[in-house]
Amino acid sequence: MDSRIIEIIINAFWDMLKQGIVVTIPLTVISFSIAMVIALVVAVVQVANIKVLKQLARFYVWVIRGTPLLVQLFVVFFGLPSIGIVIDAFPSAIIVFSINTGAYASETIRAAIESVPKGQFEAGYCVGMNYVQIMWRIIMPQALKTAFPPLSNSLIGLIKDTSLAASITVVDMFMVAQRVAAATYETFILYCEVALIYLMFCTVLTKLQTYFEKKLKD
Amino acid sequence: MLEIKDLHKSFDGLEVLKGIDLKVDKGDVISILGSSGSGKTTLLRCMNFLNSSDKGTMIFDGESYDMGNISKKDIFNLRKKTAFVFQNYNLFINKTAMQNVAEGLIVARKMPKEEAYEKSRKALDKVGLSDRYDYYPRQLSGGQQQRVAIARAIVSDPEVIYFDEPTSSLDPELINEVLNVMRDLAKEGRTMIVVTHEMNFARNVSSKVIFMENGKIAEEGSPEDIFEHPKQERTAQFLSAYRKG
Repeated sequence: MDSRIIEIIINAFWDMLKQGIVVTIPLTVISFSIAMVIALVVAVVQVANIKVLKQLARFYVWVIRGTPLLVQLFVVFFGLPSIGIVIDAFPSAIIVFSINTGAYASETIRAAIESVPKGQFEAGYCVGMNYVQIMWRIIMPQALKTAFPPLSNSLIGLIKDTSLAASITVVDMFMVAQRVAAATYETFILYCEVALIYLMFCTVLTKLQTYFEKKLKD
Repeated sequence: MLEIKDLHKSFDGLEVLKGIDLKVDKGDVISILGSSGSGKTTLLRCMNFLNSSDKGTMIFDGESYDMGNISKKDIFNLRKKTAFVFQNYNLFINKTAMQNVAEGLIVARKMPKEEAYEKSRKALDKVGLSDRYDYYPRQLSGGQQQRVAIARAIVSDPEVIYFDEPTSSLDPELINEVLNVMRDLAKEGRTMIVVTHEMNFARNVSSKVIFMENGKIAEEGSPEDIFEHPKQERTAQFLSAYRKG
């Protein structure tokens, strides 16, 4: 390998890593946090069987799960301006990733809540608690334990999916890779390199997942 | 103290309770016997509104309630006067023994934590679990779990405690530790309604025995009446089957 390529690899690594820390990770963390709030609300609305809201929740999950993430990004960033709503690239990405991950995660949380035995509810009622108290203090802690592994899965999925934000002009890790590749023509090496950085991020997340899962078990 | 009149309940068109009348006085220990499917458990669950009823009247402390059409608020208030012990214990899985017992006091009755834990400690001591305060349900045997459930039931000092086959899920060698606790409660004068298959308990501890058959109360009376001089053919058959067993 000649020194030119080594230099490209090293320079690109720092540029990509920097953009990963400044864009990819914040994009993931912010979107995932919002997604969790959406998911909780959407799941509880369905389990609690609140009439109109439940229909809305089902509709939301149906639409979001039934359309491609990339198309959703395009609708918000390239589509909305034509009807007068202009949102910058980064906030557009946050909105779409939050809504998208929220839909999948709400199904995870809903299933986890439904997996808690009915007797837990009945016992709560019999000691005089109301629905909200039981949900918050008894059902949710158990459900979230069950939901933790699949939610970690969603998080790992999301960090990789943020690479799609490059297609709506967000200058993320993948966008940097594309730019360097275009300038140097070293496409193979650079795309493999950026893939490795994603792999690195996901490895850290996987380790964290294992750690917390163990912790939840004790 | 507590009275049920003409209670009806069906599941998908199948009538499970066909007009139950039941009177409970303070200090009564009522054992409800009967074969499976006779409606005993449903009766108990309807009385605590875990199942809705189609029709019926409940009189509790002189107040009358329409069981077929009762408000959530009334249900909520009535449940605070009662407690329920389940066949499968139903301890809160994410809470320790102590937290299980204290939860209702702290959350539902807004009791200060200190006081709630003090009461819970006493309740757990009473059921013989003074060395298990901080154990989680999965770390306890079935008998211990059921005793925690009983502590959880008595800690709020309810006017009546419902027991739904409290020993039916237990290994034979663990049944007695639970029955002994229940016997102590009966001696203290607690009002208890017990759905059970424990004939010795029904006979020796209860003040009144009810035999249910096919959604109705077939016969009721003192333990002696029921066990020694059953009037109904069916009661005699049921009891002799148990004696043979």
